[in-house]
Amino acid sequence: MELLMASAIGVMTAAGLYLVLRLRTFPVILGLALLTYAVNYFLFSTGRLAVNMPPVLRNGVETYTDPLPQALVLTAIVISFGMTAVVVMMALGAYLTSRDDDVTLPPEDGTGREDGA
Amino acid sequence: MNHWIIVPVLLPALLAAVLTLAMRYHIGLQRVFSVAGCVVLLAVALGLLIHAGSGAVEVYELGNWPAPFGIVLVLDRLSAVMVVLTAVLALVVLLYAIGSGWDARGSNFHPLWQFQLMGICGAFLTGDAFNLFVFFEVLLIASYGLMIHAGGARRLKAGVQYVIYNLLGSTLFLFALGTLYAVTGTLNMADMAERAAQIPFDDSALLRVGAMLLFGVFAIKAALLPLHFWLPNTYAEAPAPVAALFAIMTKVGAYAILRFYTLIFGPDLGATAALIDDILLYGALLTLAVGMIGILGARRLGRLAAFAAIGSMGTLLIAIAGFTEATTAAAIYYAIHSTLAGALLFLVVDLVRERRGATGGALVPGPRLAQHGIVAALWFGAAIATAGMPPLSGFIGKLLVLDATRDMAAVWLIWAAILVTSLVAILGLAQAGSVVFWKTTESAATAEAAEPPPAPPPALPLVACFTLLGGIVALSVFAGPVTRYLEATAAQLHAPAAYIAAVLGQG
Repeated sequence: MELLMASAIGVMTAAGLYLVLRLRTFPVILGLALLTYAVNYFLFSTGRLAVNMPPVLRNGVETYTDPLPQALVLTAIVISFGMTAVVVMMALGAYLTSRDDDVTLPPEDGTGREDGA
Repeated sequence: MNHWIIVPVLLPALLAAVLTLAMRYHIGLQRVFSVAGCVVLLAVALGLLIHAGSGAVEVYELGNWPAPFGIVLVLDRLSAVMVVLTAVLALVVLLYAIGSGWDARGSNFHPLWQFQLMGICGAFLTGDAFNLFVFFEVLLIASYGLMIHAGGARRLKAGVQYVIYNLLGSTLFLFALGTLYAVTGTLNMADMAERAAQIPFDDSALLRVGAMLLFGVFAIKAALLPLHFWLPNTYAEAPAPVAALFAIMTKVGAYAILRFYTLIFGPDLGATAALIDDILLYGALLTLAVGMIGILGARRLGRLAAFAAIGSMGTLLIAIAGFTEATTAAAIYYAIHSTLAGALLFLVVDLVRERRGATGGALVPGPRLAQHGIVAALWFGAAIATAGMPPLSGFIGKLLVLDATRDMAAVWLIWAAILVTSLVAILGLAQAGSVVFWKTTESAATAEAAEPPPAPPPALPLVACFTLLGGIVALSVFAGPVTRYLEATAAQLHAPAAYIAAVLGQG
């Protein structure tokens, strides 16, 4: 269980970072998504790994799992879900205005206005 | 419980919702309500500042759940100072945005502005580490919207870079918080401080990993070299009022370093003592050097102002790296000054860009500007403040930093770096100013004279700029009372027992 979780988090983080370094918006967004999955599993495991244990108090139950990381993971999922949507929209906007999905900025032309207004 | 503590978070949040739902298409109404909200925020913040001046640490328990089970907001002197600074900056820059018409160049400027304020104030007030993450996200999400306000290909692309960089930062933040929670079993900052102190040194490896990860996150926010790469493009491409408001965002990172490394990983905690001091100091020295050399090397005004922001963060982080009462007081004074000066520089740059037409922000001789003398005078003031020349508060701030770092081991390096980079900044700013204001192309001026004279530019942007300059002057004139308050602030930060007792209800 521990080995599975640890290797899953490690592989996803490594793959996510590799994709982020590709510098094209689509792989970068995929990489960010993988990274958020990795961090969600990581947060989940910070309350110690426990199988078949209830998170809330109940009569006749001796052992519990920590409920707080689950709440944290929910928050993290909601935020990362929203952020992925935002970055997809912004990347689409950037692609449609400049017809280019490169993440890096093109060199400035020296005289044109930099604020785009 | 003092309910005023929640107002700086609640007021912008409610106002933003009302602005979006009720007056989405009425820019006039939005302007009135947005300015009114900022005025009320400033009044409340000033009240909190006076209240916190008594030295007591006020705790607000959300949902009346006692810490460490519920989330708390904590008001101490540092939080109050930072909230006041935010409110002042927000009000003045908002007036600039309205006066220059920037807020009408895209939709939903005012609601995003208010959400941004909610996030910044919340980050300054919260006493819970995970809640700090949430407020970071709130302020970042609002800043993504503000960053690409008014659109444009380059701005959108810079915005995407900014979002990606910050999403990576947020992921790192979650890894750090997860590690710290796994070690200490709590997320309340006061409780975490108490439990971290109980961990024996031999078992503290994970705690140190968590502390370093967290430092990485805050270093990204504070644009510490080599994690500063997001800043130049973002600040140079963002709309000017937004870039001016972003002047406080780097200070959020500095504030978080100050808060976490005095309260939780303080100098007295054996496991993490001197863990970041050297990294922070030498990183900050490099940040200062790169920022000021960037001023000298910039070929556009927007990038010049962005590198000035990096340089000022360098000086600020040098002061923070001392982690003594004197250096902390100097750091907070310099933070106030550099926020106002950085914002002023961005606004003046925008005044120039708006008046130069097609030449824009490029540092080449351009046409004579409308209200040439006034804009030149503002540039002169902003440059003096940025470079840290007398008589403005940049000089006092740098003097305080130099004086406070006198006992540090690397004092000669610090002094040399600060003094030499000041000279470099003066050179860079003087060069830029002389190109823009003295080497005007006369042919363009004569060609313009033939056309009918354009309508005079609105006065409100100039008023906002002069108000910021006035704030800097006031900060220099009242340096005595301000530093006394900040010395008390630093003393409070370096005696975290009172903070912990107040939050955990042992006081």
